[in-house]
Formats: sequence, C-alpha cells, structure tokens
Amino acid sequence: MTAITQIRRNDQPIYLDYQATTPMDPRVLEVMMPYFTHKFGNPGSRSHAYGWEAEEAVEKARGQIAKLIGADEKEVIYTSGATESNNLAIRGVAEFYKDRKNHIITTVTEHKCVLDTCRHLEQQGFEVTYLPVQQNGLLDLDVLRAAITDKTVLVSVMAVNNEIGVIQPLAEIGKICRERKVFFHTDAAQAAGKIPLDVEAMNIDLMSISGHKIYGPKGIGALYVRRKPRVRLVAMIYGGGQERGFRSGTLPTPLCVGLGEACEIAMKEMGTEAKHLAKLQERMLKGLRAKLTDIVVNGDLEQRIPGNLNISFAYVEGESLMMGIKNLSVSSGSACTSASLEPSYVLRALGVEEEMAHTSLRIGLGRFTTEHEVDTAVDELVRHVTKLRAMSPLWEMAQEGIDLKSIEWAAH
Amino acid sequence: MAYSEKLIDHYENPRNIGSLDKNAEDVGTGLVGAPACGDVMKLQIKVGPDGLIEDAKFKTFGCGSAIASSSLVTEWVKGKTIDEAETIKNTDIARHLALPPVKIHCSVLAEDAIKAAIADYRAKAQKEEPKEAAE
Repeated sequence: MTAITQIRRNDQPIYLDYQATTPMDPRVLEVMMPYFTHKFGNPGSRSHAYGWEAEEAVEKARGQIAKLIGADEKEVIYTSGATESNNLAIRGVAEFYKDRKNHIITTVTEHKCVLDTCRHLEQQGFEVTYLPVQQNGLLDLDVLRAAITDKTVLVSVMAVNNEIGVIQPLAEIGKICRERKVFFHTDAAQAAGKIPLDVEAMNIDLMSISGHKIYGPKGIGALYVRRKPRVRLVAMIYGGGQERGFRSGTLPTPLCVGLGEACEIAMKEMGTEAKHLAKLQERMLKGLRAKLTDIVVNGDLEQRIPGNLNISFAYVEGESLMMGIKNLSVSSGSACTSASLEPSYVLRALGVEEEMAHTSLRIGLGRFTTEHEVDTAVDELVRHVTKLRAMSPLWEMAQEGIDLKSIEWAAH
Repeated sequence: MAYSEKLIDHYENPRNIGSLDKNAEDVGTGLVGAPACGDVMKLQIKVGPDGLIEDAKFKTFGCGSAIASSSLVTEWVKGKTIDEAETIKNTDIARHLALPPVKIHCSVLAEDAIKAAIADYRAKAQKEEPKEAAE
C-alpha cells in the first residue's frame, strides 16, 4: 500500500466521490513534471532530440496502458478522455460498417456519453437497442443473445457502472459477441485499474479508459482498438494523422505520461488496494446498519467494485441529507440535485421506486480514504439521517404502521 | 447549489417541527406533495377560541428549500386569523428565502400546505356546527 494516507487539507471536506473523479497520485504528478518544462518537445517531431525524447515518453506510457488491459501497445490510441473514446468507438464503428450492418446494442444504464452517442446515431438512421438490466443492475445474457441480429455490428456494455459500481459479466458478453461475429466495446472508465481486465480473455474489441478516474490527470484517456481481427473506425477528428489516423492532434506528452504511470501504479497495487477498499466498504456499511434501519444498497453487492456504495436512506430526501453532511463530499441520485428534477435514470432502470431514488447517496471510496474518514462519515450520516427522519412525515407515518402506498398522493 | 443565509438558517434550525393531534377539533392538517416527486409536507394549525392560529407544526420530506419553506410558513401563520393566513402567497415565501428558480415549486407546495390545513380545519368546524345547534 502507498505511504500516502491523506492528501486533503484538514479544512477540506472528506472526499467520498471517487466515481466522479480521483485526486492525482503525487507519484503520477512527479513523472509528469519534466514534460511540462524542459522536456517539452512535440512527440511528432522526428527531426531532433526534443521530439525523440517526447516520443519515447508517450510510447513508454502507451505500453504501460496496454499492459494493464493485456493489449499490444500498437492497439492503444490516446484521446481526451472516456467521453471521446466512447464517441469514437461507437460512431467510428457504426459509420465504417454502415453499408453492411446498421444495428447497435447497448444498455439503459450506460453513461450519458454512450447513450447520447447512440441517440445521435438513431437520428442518422441507425437502429439502436437499449437493453434493460436486472434488479441488481446486471445484464441478463439471454436478453443480450436474443437481441443480436445479423444486422448487429456492435455491442457496447460498460464494465463498471458509475453510479452503482456493479461489474457486468464482460467475459461472457465477449464470448457471445465473438461467436456471433459482433464487435464488443466496453466503457471501462470506472473499471480500468480497479478490476483485472484482459482484452484477450474477455474478447473485448474496443475499450475506453479515462485518466482522471484512476489517479491520473484530467483531459486524457485512451481507446483500445483490436488489430486481430481488425476493427476499423471512421475518424472523428481530422488533421495530421497522428494515432494511426484515428485521432489527429498533437499528443499532450505530460498527460500521456501521467496516464501511463497511473496505469502502472494501478496494476501493481490493484490487489492490495482492492483489499483496503473492501475493508472500508464493509466498515461503512456495518457502521450504518448498526445505527440505522431502513437503508437499502442499490445494485448487486457482490458483483461490485469495493470503492462504491449507493445507498437509499428511506424517508430522507437526498439533497436535504447532503445539505446536512457538509463535511462529506458525496453525490446523490436525488432529482433535487439535478437541473432536470428527474431522479437517477440508472436507479429507475433497476426498478428502484422513485421515492427511494430520491433518498439515495453515492458514496465513493478510494486510494486515499482512511478508516478515520469512514468512521467520521458514518457518524455524520447517522446523525443527520436521524435528525431528518424525526422531521419526515413519511417516517412518522411508517412508524405508525401506515402503508405509504395506500395513500393517494397528488403528483405535482 | 448556493442557498441564501435565511434558507440555510431555516434548514439548520427549523422552527416548529412536530405534530399536533390530527383528530382534535381545533386542529387543521394539510398533507401535500408526493414521495415519488421527492417532497411531502405535513402542516398543522391549531386555532384558538378567538379565531387566531395559536400554534403551527410541520414535518417535511424534501430538499432543503422544501424544509425551509415549510418552516417559514409555520412562523408566518402563527397569530394570524385563518383568513389572513390564507392570503400568504408562494411568491412571498420564494422572495423571503431567495429560492433559486428550480426550487420555486417548494414555495408553491408550502402555500398549498397552508390552504390544505385551513380547508381541513374549516371542514371540521362545519361538521361541528349542527351538533352544537342540537345541544
């Protein structure tokens, strides 16, 4: 385990939102620094030492990224992040193969950048199937099998969900896709560096990776594109033909180096880190359950990364709870925190009732989370949930034995 | 979301939390909103023999704005006649708490809660009258 136990200042709130972003590991920053200053060359400059030095650095980092996912370094393309990777993978494949196949399969719990890309393709005339998930958040493989047709070109299923942390059965999905000769893309923004990934064993053809979810810098990501059997893409950004022509633009050397280092650290420490996080996750859940009733974990608890808990605190609205726990930085599935006033579409896709979706918090644990922070978080949550329940008419009715479903509420 | 100091004060130190006996003849209860929409307010008023609201209590499931809006109206209705209380407008609540535009519905709900509590009180009072006449 790393020697660094705390990176926040004591006057900052406790950071429990590791699925939103992660702080950069100081070891990552250290290797990036020279590439901001004296090693500033353009990796595309072939005629002098500055360029060679930068090129060597981005290629070393490419190898580090490839190793994390069992790929060859020639199969890794740098992008600006997982959003761009997902756009490029889905649109790139769809547009390249559109004369032969025009059908894409994805799931309803994907990240917005996948769903929105698919919506765009629908407008272009492609057909998209949005598969439902089971109550635990996982895809039913038979539902997938039934959805594939001879027009299907791509299946895009995220590896780990950003809200509920559940891990999809990647190897099984990959096997089905390979048998049916359909490309398999996975958005691994929340999975890379957290769980073992192997593009060969899992038959993954395209994989999106993000830098800032794995203690690397923001503004960098990668897309794995299989070479054998070859996956072809139409490029989205035109220019100097960098990145095998898939993604033009000068590479941001310090960011590439940072992503590479972040991948290497994640690979080395994945085992110990997962154990550390599993302990913290259990400590958090035990602590809450010891003092609070009527709390529900959303999404499968077993097939889940240990750094995520998504919990509904029944009868307490999420935003009001977040206002109380000022010392904790978490996020909520409640509508009131979003501009749209709609509760989380992911929770709704699991069949979580709207009233329970309004009471949910996403708690993200990570590399720098300490036991002390978890204990403080439990104390604060217990205190504020108890306080808010004491002023909740729903809690009062539930305690009186009134079935809330028997009441005719006026929707407004 | 950036909230005003007044709103945060009502959230952190809510006034008049609690419940009155909903079966009492001098208590009117309003229960508005829906759990699926993320806010439910219960507002109760107790009307004295002089026709003035002598006590008000609330319980709210909802965001900070909803809690603050209901807390504020319990303060405002106390000491008023029910006719006066009925004139409280959601715009007054929203202005006082400086509610952001997406939270205006919380003040609407608080106005509805007062109206519902008053309607409940009046319905009870009307039922009372024939009984009193018979005595």
